[in-house]
Amino acid sequence: MLRVFWTILKRDLTLAMRRRTDVLTTLFFFVIVISLFPLGVGTEHKVLEILGPGVVWVAALLASMLALERLFAADYEDGTLEQMLLTAQPLSLLVLAKIAAHWILTGLPLVLIAPLVGMQYHLSDTAIGIMMLSLLLGTPVLSLVGAIGAALTLGLRGGGILLSLLILPLYIPVLVYGSGAVQVSSIAITDTQPYLALLGAFLLVAMVFAPVASAAALRISLE
Amino acid sequence: MLEVNQLECRRGDRRLFSDLSFAVGSGTLLHVRGRNGTGKTTLLRSLCGLFTPESGEIRWQGEPIRALGDDYKRDLLYFGHLNGIKGELTGIENLAIAAALDGDRADTPALWEALARIGLRGFEDLPTRMLSQGQKKRVALARLILSKARLWVLDEPFTALDVDAVALLQRLIAEHVDTGGMAVLTTHQEVPLTSGQVERLDLEG
Repeated sequence: MLRVFWTILKRDLTLAMRRRTDVLTTLFFFVIVISLFPLGVGTEHKVLEILGPGVVWVAALLASMLALERLFAADYEDGTLEQMLLTAQPLSLLVLAKIAAHWILTGLPLVLIAPLVGMQYHLSDTAIGIMMLSLLLGTPVLSLVGAIGAALTLGLRGGGILLSLLILPLYIPVLVYGSGAVQVSSIAITDTQPYLALLGAFLLVAMVFAPVASAAALRISLE
Repeated sequence: MLEVNQLECRRGDRRLFSDLSFAVGSGTLLHVRGRNGTGKTTLLRSLCGLFTPESGEIRWQGEPIRALGDDYKRDLLYFGHLNGIKGELTGIENLAIAAALDGDRADTPALWEALARIGLRGFEDLPTRMLSQGQKKRVALARLILSKARLWVLDEPFTALDVDAVALLQRLIAEHVDTGGMAVLTTHQEVPLTSGQVERLDLEG
C-alpha cells in the first residue's frame, strides 16, 4: 500500500522536476500578485499591515487554483489515469499521492516564501510565524478540496473556468480562518489558537473525505 | 471464464449493440470484428468496467465484475488506444511504475529484459517522448511480457507496429493463450491469429 503511494508520489515529483516551468509559474504568480498590491495602494505602513494577511491568502488561493487544472488532465490525456483506474490498488490512495505531490509542488513553496512576502507588508515576526503556520495547515486543504473539482471537471471544455466557479466558494472557510489567524495575531489580548485549530480540523476532514470523493468523481469522468 | 449476457450499450441516443451474449473460456482468443463505429471499443471498455452498459451483465468466474472489484482488476490487463506512458519518463521508469501499480515486485533486471525482448535495447534510458510512435507503443506493450493477468483486453494492438513487432506481439498473445490465458482483441489489420482456439464475434452497426 505504502509502496504504491510512494511510487505515485515519486512519479509526479519526477515529472515536475523534468518540466520545471510548471512549478515555477505558481510560485512566481504568487509573488507577483502579492507585490502588485503595495504598488497599487501605496506604501502607507498602516494600510499595508491591515491588507497583508488577506492579500497573501487570496493570492495563495489563486496560485493553488492555477495548477489544479493540470492535476489529472495530463494523466487523462496520455491514458495513464485509465490504467490507474484498472489497477487493483485503491484509487483513493493513488489520488491522495497525486494530491500530496501537488501540495509539495504548489503549496509548500508558498509556505516557505511567506516570510519574504510578509516583509513587503510590514508584518511583525509573530504575524509572519502565524502566517507560515496557517499556510502550512491551510494550503493542503486547498489541494485536497481542489482535487474534487479537478476530477469533476476533467475532460470538459472550458473546464478551467468551471473549476474556479466550483471550487473558489469552497475555499472561503480556509480564507476566513487563515487570514483571520494572522489578523488576530497582531492584537495582544486575543489568541490565534482557535483559528489554527479550526484549520487543522478542516485539514483532517478534507484528508479523510477528499481522496474518496475525488476517486468517485474520476470514475464518473472517465466513462 | 468471461461471460457476457444480453449486453446492450448506448452512446448518447444511439444504440451500438443489444442482446449481445458470448463467453470466453480459458485458452481462447476472441477476435471482435466490425466496421468503424459499431462499438468495438465500447464493448472492450465495458468488459474492463470503464463503461457502464445500458443493460445486461458481465461475469468473471461466475461473479458480476462490479461485485468483484479489485479481484477482477488483478486478473485483467487492458491495452487501449492511448499508450498510457509518460513522455517525460524513460522506458524503464514507465515500466517500473506500471509494474508497481500492478502489484508485481518486478526486479530491475526483469524490466530491462522485458524492454530488450520488445526490441528497445539501447532506448531504455531515453525519455519516451523522443521515441517514434511505434517505439512508444512497444514500451506500452512491454507490460504484456511482465503481466500475470489472465485476461488480456487489447484494443487495436497492432497499429503503428512494424513487421517484427507484429510478429512478436502475435507470439506473446499465442504464449498467453496457450498457457490457459484469455484474450479479447480488435484489429482491422490482416493479422493471422493462430494461437489457441480462435473465436470471432461480429458487431453490426
